[in-house]
Amino acid sequence: MAPHDLRRPFKRPAISDQQRRRELALLRQAQQRSDSHNRARRLASSLLSLPAADQPPSSPEPILEDQPIQIEPASPEPEPEAPEAAPTRDLNAVQASKLKGLEARRWFARQLMLPEWMIDVPPHLDRDWYVFARPAGKRCFVVSSNGTTVSRLRNGSVLHQFPSLLPNGSRRKDLSGPAHSYCILDCIFHEPDQTYYVIDMVCWRGYSLYDCTAEFRFFWLNSKLAETGACNPPAVHHKYRFSVIPIYDCDHTGLQAAYTGTVPYVKDGLLFYNKHAHYQTGNTPLALVWKDVFSSQYFLDTDSTGQVPAQQQVVLELQDDGKLTTSDDPPVVFGCMDGEFLHKSNLRSGNLLRFAVRDESVRLHDGKLEILDLQFVAKSNRSRAFADSYSKVFFQYAARHSPLRIEDLIASIQPNLGDNSKTTDVDMDG
Amino acid sequence: MAMEVTQILLNAQSVDGSIRKHAEESLKQFQEQNLPAFLLSLSSELANNEKPVDSRKLAGLILKNALDAKEQHRKNELVQRWLSLDMGVKAQIKAYLLQTLSSPVPDARSTASQVIAKIAGIELPQKQWPELIGSLLSNIHQLQPHVKQATLETLGYLCEEVSPQVVDQDQVNKILTAVVQGMNASEGSPDVRLAATRALYNALGFAQANFSNDMERDYIMRVVCEATLSPVVKIRQAAFECLVAISSTYYDKLASYMQDIFNITAKAVREDEEPVALQAIEFWSSICDEEIDILDEYGGDFTADSDIPCFYFIKQALPALVPMLLETLLKQEEDQDQDEGAWNLAMAGGTCLGLVARTVGDDIVPLVMPFIEENITKPDWRQREAATYAFGSILEGPSPDKLTRIVNVALNFMLTALMKDPNNHVKDTTAWTLGRIFEFLHGSTVETPIITPENCQQILTVLLQSMKDVPNVAEKACGALYFLAQGYEDVGPASPLSPYFQEIIQALLNVTHREDAGESRLRTAAYETLNEVVRCSTDETAPIVMQLVPVIMMELHQTLEGQKLSSDEREKQNELQGLLCGCLQVIIQKLGASETTKYAFLQYADQIMDLFLRVFACRNATVHEEAMLAIGALAYATGANFVKYMQGFYPYLEMGLQNFEEYQVCAITVGVVGDLCRALEDKILPFCDGIMTQLLKDLSSNQLHRSVKPPIFSCFGDLALAIGESFEKYLIYAMPMLQSAAELSAHAATADDEMLEYTNQLRNGILEAYSGILQGFKNSPKTQLLLPYAPHVLQFLDALYNEKDMDDTVMKTAIGVLGDLADTLGSHAGPLINQSVSSKDFLEECLSSDDHLIKEAADWAKLAISRAIAG
Repeated sequence: MAPHDLRRPFKRPAISDQQRRRELALLRQAQQRSDSHNRARRLASSLLSLPAADQPPSSPEPILEDQPIQIEPASPEPEPEAPEAAPTRDLNAVQASKLKGLEARRWFARQLMLPEWMIDVPPHLDRDWYVFARPAGKRCFVVSSNGTTVSRLRNGSVLHQFPSLLPNGSRRKDLSGPAHSYCILDCIFHEPDQTYYVIDMVCWRGYSLYDCTAEFRFFWLNSKLAETGACNPPAVHHKYRFSVIPIYDCDHTGLQAAYTGTVPYVKDGLLFYNKHAHYQTGNTPLALVWKDVFSSQYFLDTDSTGQVPAQQQVVLELQDDGKLTTSDDPPVVFGCMDGEFLHKSNLRSGNLLRFAVRDESVRLHDGKLEILDLQFVAKSNRSRAFADSYSKVFFQYAARHSPLRIEDLIASIQPNLGDNSKTTDVDMDG
Repeated sequence: MAMEVTQILLNAQSVDGSIRKHAEESLKQFQEQNLPAFLLSLSSELANNEKPVDSRKLAGLILKNALDAKEQHRKNELVQRWLSLDMGVKAQIKAYLLQTLSSPVPDARSTASQVIAKIAGIELPQKQWPELIGSLLSNIHQLQPHVKQATLETLGYLCEEVSPQVVDQDQVNKILTAVVQGMNASEGSPDVRLAATRALYNALGFAQANFSNDMERDYIMRVVCEATLSPVVKIRQAAFECLVAISSTYYDKLASYMQDIFNITAKAVREDEEPVALQAIEFWSSICDEEIDILDEYGGDFTADSDIPCFYFIKQALPALVPMLLETLLKQEEDQDQDEGAWNLAMAGGTCLGLVARTVGDDIVPLVMPFIEENITKPDWRQREAATYAFGSILEGPSPDKLTRIVNVALNFMLTALMKDPNNHVKDTTAWTLGRIFEFLHGSTVETPIITPENCQQILTVLLQSMKDVPNVAEKACGALYFLAQGYEDVGPASPLSPYFQEIIQALLNVTHREDAGESRLRTAAYETLNEVVRCSTDETAPIVMQLVPVIMMELHQTLEGQKLSSDEREKQNELQGLLCGCLQVIIQKLGASETTKYAFLQYADQIMDLFLRVFACRNATVHEEAMLAIGALAYATGANFVKYMQGFYPYLEMGLQNFEEYQVCAITVGVVGDLCRALEDKILPFCDGIMTQLLKDLSSNQLHRSVKPPIFSCFGDLALAIGESFEKYLIYAMPMLQSAAELSAHAATADDEMLEYTNQLRNGILEAYSGILQGFKNSPKTQLLLPYAPHVLQFLDALYNEKDMDDTVMKTAIGVLGDLADTLGSHAGPLINQSVSSKDFLEECLSSDDHLIKEAADWAKLAISRAIAG
């Protein structure tokens, strides 16, 4: 029963920095755990609040593609902002719905997996990759939910809103399954036959396939899509036809089939998907696009008139510090604009700018492409959501000089030597 | 044998190492060969008045150590061992012990008291030794004072060892009666009175019923107050200790005694010897603690019902209490700032003044200001220091409105004093006061800023200059800079510190290199401030933080160069390594959190990892923990690329998971496993067997501190989420553990707040595990493996809902699990959820929650459930 110590902390902070470090680390970990749980659930909740999905199909959202100007503030003079919590609902309804639509578009613009352009052949092409012929057309994201189907382009703007036989894609409840069920498909809309060619499945009946391998997604796509009747010809409750595309293992036979085989659509190059890769939004090297003159009429980029310009054109994003970057993460810097010019030309950071590139100003250094001189052409079309990726710039440059040919692809797929080599490996029993 | 034991016990205390060692060996052997005989002969030795006091004392000490140990698991073993001993042997030992209480040798009696209390601590909860208290009380009526003294001491120790529930009220009454009688002024023997007073201190916890009875309480309080006036210092001190204990245990019963107590304490503070005066001040500090807690629970809402109402004792005593405390401030010791262990009247009084300020807020300011104004410019350093200390003490509590004007006037004065005052003690307190100003009156939440662009530079100049002063002053200057930086934490991209950032960092690094940085924990303070400056850096200053990386790495590298060190030097080296790893951790977390800086930083990743691995080779817990935390941050920044370090890092990860003794290291390592899961995702698979084995071992160990268990469960979820259906093979181990922990935690007795908090942490861990496992199996063909566990998960959720004592975090996680269950098991889950007792009510409650996070999780669950039920 010794007298107890009654000293109290004197001239000391109540908490040690070490304890603070510990607590901050735990806080970070808890936050990240919560983030990863939410990621697994996120898509569903985002869709819940999607304005387009809440509207009855009888009053379709205006097709905003015609007003791409809305993506960025159109004019330097400030637009009258929607007053917050204004009671005059009728006056601001249109504006408010646009604002919501804009948010929704911005959100969708970030949801697509974007293949890199193939600038060299990945190893084990035959073992780890699928190949298929890309249909020519508009890449879009198709969402069916709450009795309607909406397709959105890469920049997030609505392409079509229509009834479909996808789960919950029309108001025919008997066929649509559970009321909250929804699907998200990665498609290319092919104008000539008015068909949505499904190149990937992201969500099916509310089940997220984001974290599934391509192998599983393609298997699921092929087994599930037809069941719904979505591949049927158009009808009253099914405005556009959906179709799967033949997907091949990228061995000799598969590559030949994809390259030369007959398909019901106009081809625009080949797409290669790594079998083990998850659906990753944004640019990814685990999905690749490749084109040549034979497989695509868009081998070389065309301008707005459909002509191939004399010099390669690139679209880059202007950063705060004047740097011009690609859409990659992390971005690749291709050049810089000086402040005076920026000032004069009223360009702001975030603007997408089109440049011409002279052949002699391009240098390949250690396998990396550098551009010594960019010639400013104009601000890019406002409907664009992203700058070019590094791989695209590189591919387009290579396409003009020493393209990666189909022969190179075929050559990279080594004939199976495994069986032969085995014979040399004989046990020496004496 | 008996003769021999005495000699061995004496030899075991010999100055000759070899004799000592031999004797210790013999004792060990004896104990191992025949424990009952060993204990018996020790107790006989202790009881034998013919034997030398040294052998008797050691015999008693060994007995005591055979009954109790610090580590919980060892303690449990010893308890079981004692309980399983032969009854006859135990009876004999106990008889010897009780007999010893009458010995004329004080040390023998005192040792026996302690051993008796240890045995009581084991046996009374088992309803054994029922006659003990009776036989002790019968001793009280003996006339010999030394027997009375020993008996009261034994009762005191007994109350310390045994919990009040174990002793019935009738016996409690008798014990208290005996103790209070022994304290009475009429008791002739000071030794008896002192023993009784100390015994009361321990017995207070048993006196709930007696303190509720007005008459009995009045009697106890009168006797305690009288004892504070005893002519014997130790009795006065012990009596004040009782008052301190009463102030926290029976705060709500004190109202009618406060006037008397104030008079007694005021007299003691002004006139009595320091040990007594310190206890008297502590009484008021303790009352402040109580009222701060109560007012905190009121949360500014004075209508809220709290278990204990606030009696505003401090507010009422204020006009007399404050002058009494201010007087103490003038009684400083010359060198108290250099002495780590110092605790004197001035320190206690100032600390109490600070607590009073926190209790009453604005009211203290007018009572203290005249003292400050009167003394702050006086030639005697004691007066200047006391005034400054008083000012620093009242900065927490009063509203900024009340303080801002005064602080604005004082700031310049303080800055000048820190530069120019001739006295180190004054400078020390001045720097500390500046730190308090920045801590409580500077930051984004303060409306009227104390620091403006105009004076910011001046403040920094003074602080950086002051960091070159003597170590204790420099340390306080670092502390002030810490809070100055902290106040700019969320200031936005353009921090007022940015222009001086480079200079600040350089100054702090210079401090860490001072020859005398080991004194007054100066080096630690400098690194802590450096950490805070880094945490509060902005994009503008990120490049400077980046330059700091190789600097700190080089310092760490130098500590690892293999020179031979003495153990003292090694300890210092370890401390430095801990600080450097801590600093790197803060830098990694800062630079890794922003995409723009992350990539540039990662160029150092290989080298940093290499350094950390070398740090692990030095086996020191603090360093381990710091390096581990840093690696967690590094894994997060590196992402999947971290896989290249795994081979080298894994052995240390395993080592951390096995570190039961330093459970903080274990807990931190478990957290890092979570970081690795999120960074590596399925690339962590090759290491999962080892990790899971360790985690399961940890959970089944009774040695591991309980606080590590909730994070281990969460970690199951992290692993499952990372490796998905590959978690299959661990299900048969993990699920039963989760189930039994869930059952325990659902109905845990949550009597006190601390237990409830732990229970909720445990629940949250279990739920995070379920969540991770369910999500991990989503879309897998193996989903059906989870079906058998689903009913139990739902029962757990039902039980939680019915217990009604979840906190918000548990509620959020729980409703999320319901959604995950529906989402992963789909149509299989529908009927189960429909059948579950309270899922629907639970969901409804969460959907209407005010907490955004709960509502969000509930929205998700609702969607998932409606799909599952429909399809």
